[in-house]
This record gives sequence, structure tokens and C-alpha cells, in this order.
Amino acid sequence: MEHVAANPWASLAYLIAGVCFILALRGLSSPTSSQRGNRFGMIGMTIAVVTTLLTHIPMGIDPDPSDYISDIPDIVTIAQILAAIAIGAVIGVVTARKIAMTAMPQLVAAFHSLVGLAAVLVAAAAFLNPAAFGIVDAAGAILPVSRVEMGLGVAIGAITFSGSVIAFLKLNGNMGGKPILLPGRHVINLAVLAGILGLIAYFTQDQSPWIFWTVTALSFVIGFLLIVPIGGADMPVVVSMLNSYSGWAAAAMGFTLHNSAMIITGALVGSSGAILSYIMCRAMNRSFISVIAGGFGGDTGGGSGEAKEQRPWKRGSAEDAAFLMSQAEQVIIVPGYGMAVAQAQHVLREMADKLKEHGVRVKYAIHPVAGRMPGHMNVLLAEANVPYDEVFELEDINSEFAQTDVAFIIGANDVVNPAAKTDKSSPIYGMPVFDVGKAKTVLFIKRSMGGVGYAGVDNDVFYADNTMMLLADAKKMVEEVVKSLD
Amino acid sequence: MDFISILSIFVLACFVGYYVVWSVTPALHTPLMAVTNAISSVIIVGALIAAAAAGIGNGGTVSKWLGLLAVVLASVNIFGGFAVTARMLAMYKKKAR
Repeated sequence: MEHVAANPWASLAYLIAGVCFILALRGLSSPTSSQRGNRFGMIGMTIAVVTTLLTHIPMGIDPDPSDYISDIPDIVTIAQILAAIAIGAVIGVVTARKIAMTAMPQLVAAFHSLVGLAAVLVAAAAFLNPAAFGIVDAAGAILPVSRVEMGLGVAIGAITFSGSVIAFLKLNGNMGGKPILLPGRHVINLAVLAGILGLIAYFTQDQSPWIFWTVTALSFVIGFLLIVPIGGADMPVVVSMLNSYSGWAAAAMGFTLHNSAMIITGALVGSSGAILSYIMCRAMNRSFISVIAGGFGGDTGGGSGEAKEQRPWKRGSAEDAAFLMSQAEQVIIVPGYGMAVAQAQHVLREMADKLKEHGVRVKYAIHPVAGRMPGHMNVLLAEANVPYDEVFELEDINSEFAQTDVAFIIGANDVVNPAAKTDKSSPIYGMPVFDVGKAKTVLFIKRSMGGVGYAGVDNDVFYADNTMMLLADAKKMVEEVVKSLD
Repeated sequence: MDFISILSIFVLACFVGYYVVWSVTPALHTPLMAVTNAISSVIIVGALIAAAAAGIGNGGTVSKWLGLLAVVLASVNIFGGFAVTARMLAMYKKKAR
């Protein structure tokens, strides 16, 4: 049977859509071109959807094959499709408008789960009605190569779905950030993965429904099993990885449909997520395998039971902090996840404005793994109207601490821990960190002296001579500093 | 299109993706995830095909409803993804001089 999308104009349109998606990502190379990039994305999507609608006008079943009126568009189905798009549009736009910027990681995880589920549904639809997708041979059986593509599509889609649901629950706080470790989980996971791949291989020989549905079910299970043991603080990697999976799922379905727009997009999204995962792993000096194996990063709050030696440290007040910073020439602010939790970004920017009135130069230093997803801190600062040219990446600003008067740490901990450089036994050894200790003074906002970051390691910066601990909720402390600056 | 041409598009697109994504500035990594999310919902193409197929033959009706449901999910993602990306990107401002 000839393939459905064989119309050369349609293929050309899909190709143009694919190119638009490339331009959409290309636009993100700088904030100035990014909005144009996003518009390219919308144009590409419109082209893809309109092309599909025009080449697949639903036709009713011909009531009387003998007469010459045969092709009557099925108005009911057309209405249903448009209604489906409209329902999705309303939900999507309302969610996008209402969502708080601090909740972005959860939102992205939720969106990933939808792509995954959509891929599963499309694969299931293709399995049930293969003729509509043009993937059957003369005898009416599904082409073997299509079966593999379909099998992979449904498997990756299902993993994306259940994995993203778990990631969402963890990020949203419905589920504890602590890793949940099942005994023998590596063996179970490998066995389930092998089972999925084996069944997909067998699927080429036998297209019985039970194989397809077993692959689907096992994939839902493995997605759940893979993410459950990963701790809340490793979520940046997980979110990036699921981003990648959602791309591969779209690509697999693109293979089934011989659709270049889907294949190009899938490859783009797949590489994007993979690169982000790599960047995140590198920023923690951990291998991808060790993150995926899980069991690490069970959020803050632990470590209280350990017999820690009491070391002297200095406590400062908001007034001290305000005085020190107002006298400074340059202040570098290092934000972390704690800033997001306390929603302190707006008041932080107020503080920076006040300092600028005092003639202080203010810069922000962002670690790649600060927050719960790549670029999380940048978005929050942008939301608070911090100009993006005051915000710097780790490697661009790290050498400046030595010439800085005050390093102001808010909600970060492990990313400023010198143990990453000096202590080979430390779990964060080798992770690139900010050399905040080189600044003349370090102001460290922390809730209490108890919690010690997600890695559960003590931080020598707390006890350094040039460090002043500001023990309070991040937002309250910064508010007080702002008051004292008046 | 035969399998090899499709595979060629895929492999080349992976390379394009690799280079394009490395050129994305780290400050925009969150919008990158949001927009990739939106564009990966191009899977709506498959959903539309399933939804538009006539409800005849084996599983045709079920397939159609699965397709319609997938259209809803994908369009939540498309509209939501592009809208939230636009909202984020509008916040990135340069220093007022």
C-alpha cells in the first residue's frame, strides 16, 4: 500500500515545519533573538498541523457507492477534532498564564508527561488502525519495520509518561524528595528493560495484541521504577533526561508515519535533553549512570544525627550585612534553590537596586545545577527584573571573587563548598564550585546551622574567619537588609 | 520515503540538534526546555491522522477516540508550551542605561 503522506507538497510543508523548529532553537542562542525564535516555533507547528488537517480531511462512509456523490467530508469528526484542539488550547494557555515561575520545573515535568502519553495513544491508535497510517502490507499485516518503530515509540512514550509523573510529584512536593530504594532494583530494572526489548523483537514475528499491550504496561512500570530511586536534588538531570525521551518518542512515531517534521523535531528535542543532562552531570561531577542508578540527593534536613564537632562561627545581623555591602565596591550574589523556595528573588533585586544607589557594583553568579532544572535561577531573576547582563555563569565569574568585597550567598550551599576541591572522600568531590572564600567577606544566609545541603556534607565556609552567617528565612533576612539600607 | 532516507534525515537532524543546542546560552536553558516541550508535541500530527481516519475496520473507532484524546493532550502542550516560553522570554531584559 502506498504511503498516506506521499503527496510531495505535504512532504515539503513538513520539511519547512522542521526547519522552523531548528530556527526556533537557534533563536535561543541569545535573549535578543529568542522571541523571534519562539515565533518560528509557532509558525512551524501551525504549518505541520494545517498540512495534516488538509491532507487528512475525514471522509464519511459512502452511504450509496453506486451514485457519483462519494466523498462527503465527515462534519462530525471535523468538529470533534477542532473541539479537541480548542479544549487543549484553553487548558494550555490558562495554565501557562497562571503558573508561578518558581513552579516551572513541575510544569515542564507535567508537560513531558503529556507528550509521553500522547505518544502512547498515537502508537496504540496506529496499532489498532494501521491502514489509516499506511503501514500495512498487501496481506493487511503491519510492516515489520513499522512494528519495531511502533514498539519503540510506545515504550519510550510510556517511560516518559510514568517517569514524568513521578518527577512531577517529587518536584511539586506531593511525594518526598527522598530516594526510595527497592531491594534488588538494578536487577529488576534490567530484567524489565530486557523484557521490553525482547518483546519488541518478537513483535516483528507475531503481531498479537498481547505483545503490544505487554510492552506498553512494562514500559509504564519501568518509567516509574527508574525515577522513584532518584533524589529530589538530582531532578535537574531527570527533567532533562525526560525532555530527551519525549523527543525520542516523537522521533519514533515520525519513523512510523514517515513524517520529516516529526523526525527532525524528535532528533532536536532528543539531543537537546541529552546535552542538558550531560551539562548537569558535568556540573555535579557525576556520571550519568550514577545519577540514573539513584539513591543520592535526598534533599536537605538530614545530617542532624551525626556527631559533628562544634566549630566556632560568627553570626551577623541584617544591619551588619547592610553596612558591609553598602561600603563595598563589588558584591556578587550567589543564589540557589533556597531562594526559589523562599520566593526571595523580588526582594533580592530590591536589595541590589538599593546597593546600586550606594554606588556598589552588583553581579549574580549562577551555578549550572542551582535550582531544580537547567536555567531555573536565570528565569527567576529575569522574573524579578534583574537585567540578564548582570547574571554570570560559573566559569565567567569565578575568577572575580578574589577582587570582590562581599559574596552574598542566598539559598545555595553545595555549590560554594570548598570540600569539592580539597576533600577526596567528599561525595561532591570534583564538582566545580564558586570560590566564595576568596572574597573579602562572605555573607551566608541559611535557615539554621543544622541542615547541610543535599549532599549532606559540612561546609568549611560556615566557619571561615571572613564568613558571617545570617541565620533566618532568606526572604525575611533580605527584607531586613533592605530596610537597613535606607 | 524508504527507511534509509528517513534514517538519513534523522541522523543529520541529530547533528543539527547537537550543534544548535550547544549554542543556546545557559541563561535560556529553562525556556529551551519549555519550547522543546512544545515542539515535541508535533506528535499531534499522528494524533490528527488517527482522529481523522474513518471509523471502519478493526479498531477504527477506538483508534479514532485515542487519536482525539491525543489531540487534546498534544494541544495542551503546544499552546501551553509556546505561551509559557513567550512569557518567560519577555522577562529577559537588558540593563537600562
